[in-house]
Order: sequence, then C-alpha cells, then structure tokens
Amino acid sequence: MLLVVLALLVWIAAWWLNARLANGAQAGTRAVQLLVPAIFGGTLLIVWELLVRGLGVPLVILPAPSVIAERFAGSIPILWADFSQTILKGALGGYIIGCGAAFVMAILVDRSDFLRRGLLPVGNFVAALPIVGTAPILVMWFGFDWQSKAAVVVVMVFFPMLVNTVAGLRETDQMQRDLMATYAASYWQSLFKLRLPAALPFIFNGLKISTTLALIGAIVAEFFGSPTVGMGFRISTSVGQLALDMVWAEIVVAALAGSAFYGLMAGLEKVLTFWHPSQR
Amino acid sequence: MKTFFAVLTVVAGIIGVWYLACVPMNIKGVLDAAEREGEQVTPATAKERRDASALGLVANNRFAMTRVWSVDRPRLPAPHQVAVELWQTTVEKKVTSKRSLIYHGKVTLTATLLGFGIGTLAGILLAVGIVHSKVMDMSVMPWAIVSQTIPIIALAPMIIVVLYSIGVQGLLPKAIIAAYLSFFPVVVGMVKGLRSPDHMQLDLLKTYNASTNHGFWKLRLPSSLPYLFASLKIGIAASLVGAIVGELPTGAVAGLGARLLAGSYYGQTVQIWSALFAAAILAAALVALLGLMERALLARMGVRS
Repeated sequence: MLLVVLALLVWIAAWWLNARLANGAQAGTRAVQLLVPAIFGGTLLIVWELLVRGLGVPLVILPAPSVIAERFAGSIPILWADFSQTILKGALGGYIIGCGAAFVMAILVDRSDFLRRGLLPVGNFVAALPIVGTAPILVMWFGFDWQSKAAVVVVMVFFPMLVNTVAGLRETDQMQRDLMATYAASYWQSLFKLRLPAALPFIFNGLKISTTLALIGAIVAEFFGSPTVGMGFRISTSVGQLALDMVWAEIVVAALAGSAFYGLMAGLEKVLTFWHPSQR
Repeated sequence: MKTFFAVLTVVAGIIGVWYLACVPMNIKGVLDAAEREGEQVTPATAKERRDASALGLVANNRFAMTRVWSVDRPRLPAPHQVAVELWQTTVEKKVTSKRSLIYHGKVTLTATLLGFGIGTLAGILLAVGIVHSKVMDMSVMPWAIVSQTIPIIALAPMIIVVLYSIGVQGLLPKAIIAAYLSFFPVVVGMVKGLRSPDHMQLDLLKTYNASTNHGFWKLRLPSSLPYLFASLKIGIAASLVGAIVGELPTGAVAGLGARLLAGSYYGQTVQIWSALFAAAILAAALVALLGLMERALLARMGVRS
C-alpha cells in the first residue's frame, strides 16, 4: 500500500514540477521543451514500477519496467538476431524495393495525364485498405523466410509512396515550368532540376508514412509463419509461454527501431528540403 | 467524366495483369493435375518441371493455358473465382451460417466500431485537454507523436492473452486494439484542428468578451471538424486492421481475420482472397460513410467545400 501512495505522490510532484516549468519564464527554451516530456515519460515509468510492485500484479499480466530492462539486457543476442531478421532483412529490404518501385512508377505515370487521373483515386483507395491481410497469401508464395516479409512490406508501402510522389510531381506551377522551357531544358533536365526538388516534401511524407507501415508489415507477416527467429515469431511464441517480459523487450526494440527509422527519414528531409517553409 | 474513364482503364488494366499473372503462377499445379489424368505433358515428370521456368512450361504445354483460370486450389485464383466465392458466401448463404462472410464481417465490424468509438472519444478528450493545458501539451504531445512511429500492432497478441488471463475475452480485447490504433491519429489531428483558428479570429472573440468556453464551442470545435474527419478516416481504417490482426493470435473462430487464418492453414486460397476483398469492401464502405457524414455536416454548417 505504501508503494501505491508513493506512486501517487511521485505523480503529483512531477506534475507540479512540469506545471512550474511549462508556465514559467523559461518555457520557450529548447532545454525545457525537452525536459518536460522527459520528466513525464520518466514519471510514467516510475509510477508503473511502483504500482506493479505495490499492487503485486503478476508477471503474466504486466511486468515491471525493471524486469523488462533486465530481460532486455540479458538477451541482447536473441534480440539482435530477431532485429536483423525482421527489421534489417524483412522491413528494410521491402521498404527499399517498395519505395523504389513506387518512385519509378510515379515518374512513368506522371508522363501521361490520363494514367495519372486514373491512378490517383485507385491508389488513394488501395492505401486505405487493410493490406496486412495479404500476408498469408504472400507467405504461401514466397516461403517462411524474410523474402515473404519483404514482399508484404513492398505491397504495403507501394501505394502510399506512389500517391505521394505523383502528387508531389504536380507541385510546380505553370510559371516555373515555362521558365524551364525558355531555358530550352529537356524533359530530364526539368525533372531533375525543378520537379523532383519541388516534389521532395511530398516524397518524404510518403517515405515517413512508409517507415511505420514497413515495420507493421514485417512483424504481422511473421504471425502467419516464419523461421524460428524474428520479432513477430518471438512475440507470438513468448505470449504462448506467458513470458511477457520477453514480449515487452521485443516491443521496446520495435519502438526504438520505429522511432530511429522515422527519425532518420525526418533528419534526411531536414537536410534535403532546407528551403521549404515548413523547415525554416 | 474523364476521370471516371481513366479510373475504369486503370482498374481494367489491373484485372488484366491479374489474369495474365494467373498463367505462370498456376501452370505447375495444372500440369501436375493433367499428368495424373494421364495426359501428355512436357517435361513428363513433376521433378523435372520443378526446376523448369514457368513461362517455358506455358510455351511447351499450350493446351493447359485455358485451365489456369479454373483450378480448384490455385496459387493465384482468377478474379472471377474470387467474385463467385464472394457472391456465394454473402448472398447465397444464410446470414447466420458459419460460412457466410456477412456473419464473419459482422463480428469484425462490431469490434471495429466499438473500438473506433472508444478510441475517438478518448482521443478527442485528450486533444481538448492538450489544447487547454500547456502542461499537458508540453508533456503528452511529444509522446503522442513519437508513438505514431511505433508499430503498435505488435502489442496485439499480448493484449489478447493478458485480457484472456484476467477473464476478459471475445469482443472487448479486439475492440481495445482497434481503439488503441485509432486513438493517436485522432489526438494528433484534433489538436491540429482545435489550433487551426488564426489569431484574427481568436482576437475577434476576445473583443466580444467571449469566455474560453464560448471560444471552444463557437470557434475551435467547428473549425476543427475538417481535420477531425481527415483523421477519423485514417483512424477507422486502422481500427479495422487492428480488429483483423486481433483475431489472429488466439485462433479465433469467427471474424474476417479468422477466415484469413483458416484459409492459410488449409490452403484455401480462394477463401483467403474473398476474406481479403470483404475486408477491403468493408474498409472502403466505412471510409465512404465517414466522407458522406463529413459532407453533410459541413454543408449544414455552411462550409463551402
């Protein structure tokens, strides 16, 4: 009971501290803007730990953060093997193939107004569908190893990327295109010097949406059959053994990988589209 | 009108590619069946055919060409096979039958809608809190954004098993996963929407001596609706995916996810494809319904679209 009360006190104290920081004079500075969410996240972890211990929640329902951290530190080799199987081979492989194919397709489609008109609604429609459902079919076609996971990822990221790139290639206005024409620029010159740079914010939007989709596709596809390694495999078998600390360790890996992947794309965007109003 | 024809052309193109793809995908199965029937096939045994390229097989066995579209358990079913299966399992079966897709669709749909309702409500409440409290904004919002980059769906099997171990099963675990998936898009979209009124409008209300409460109901809430609906459309699609994935790990007996799983266990490809299309139609219908609601609501509010 003492621990539960302590958890409540920690929560109130941290909230009071955050309220002081957020409404104080320093609220606009970067340090405070990072500190406040960090305090909030840390408080959540402490409260979680104290509540689990205080209420005696069994391990099969919710393990405490310290238990998860211990398991994480103790099974780095397994986690690394799962990570390289699911993320590096499945998700990343599929991501590169899918986004690359969508990009090339978008440039081809963009040459024909008729095709573009037809493809955009269809692409938007497909992008909203539960494409994860193709996983059992693709696992049947490409076998249990990472190739089938990469195939699921390709299908999942293709349409969001295609729609965004096609929309981005439309971003230049008539004046800019006319200017390129007065320079006697060829199709490829105006593509590389004007239209692709103008499309970059859209392309990166597609790339950023696709990072999450890629991880989801690679993990969920493993629920339908996988070799005895991989994050989805580990999650579903550990759940079966009620080893929830292992499941949480995998979720931590997925969260870190997802944020890092997204962060990488966002960072790249910042470097390449420094001229865009949203980045200034 | 021009767009309509263009879309029609693209759809026709996709169906055409699908039919063509059936030929190399199914040719080996067709030839194996033909050999068992005692027909002349080149090369003669299944072992030799395994290493042969699919296109070469097609060229050597022209007679089998037309059969690839009517195989019993094809690797890739032809579009009309899927359409026939869809028709048979929706219209011709009784709605209460275990083989009716309408029955399975209803199971998934209830979980989706329940979860979507919970997730949307919670998301809107949190967004209102974030907009009105600076502390919440600074501490919760970064986590809400980061959480969108995490494959939350990896949690699905665990949520189901944990809830099962404390005695909750059936509809609710799936609904919770669906709620979780629709929650964050709604929070992010709604916060953006509630912040969308510009300074001029907020200042105008201030000159009217309007309270925060008035400002919320008369300005912030109405102007957030377009943003809300945009994220609702994302949210409901995510909810459906959540409900389907939530059916996978427990080996559920009912629902579209269960149909997918059963189909993949027993090699019933036509069943997988028809469940997939049922899910796609359901998703499209839900998104379209939200679109109609949006249009009606915005028209009543006098927003020019």
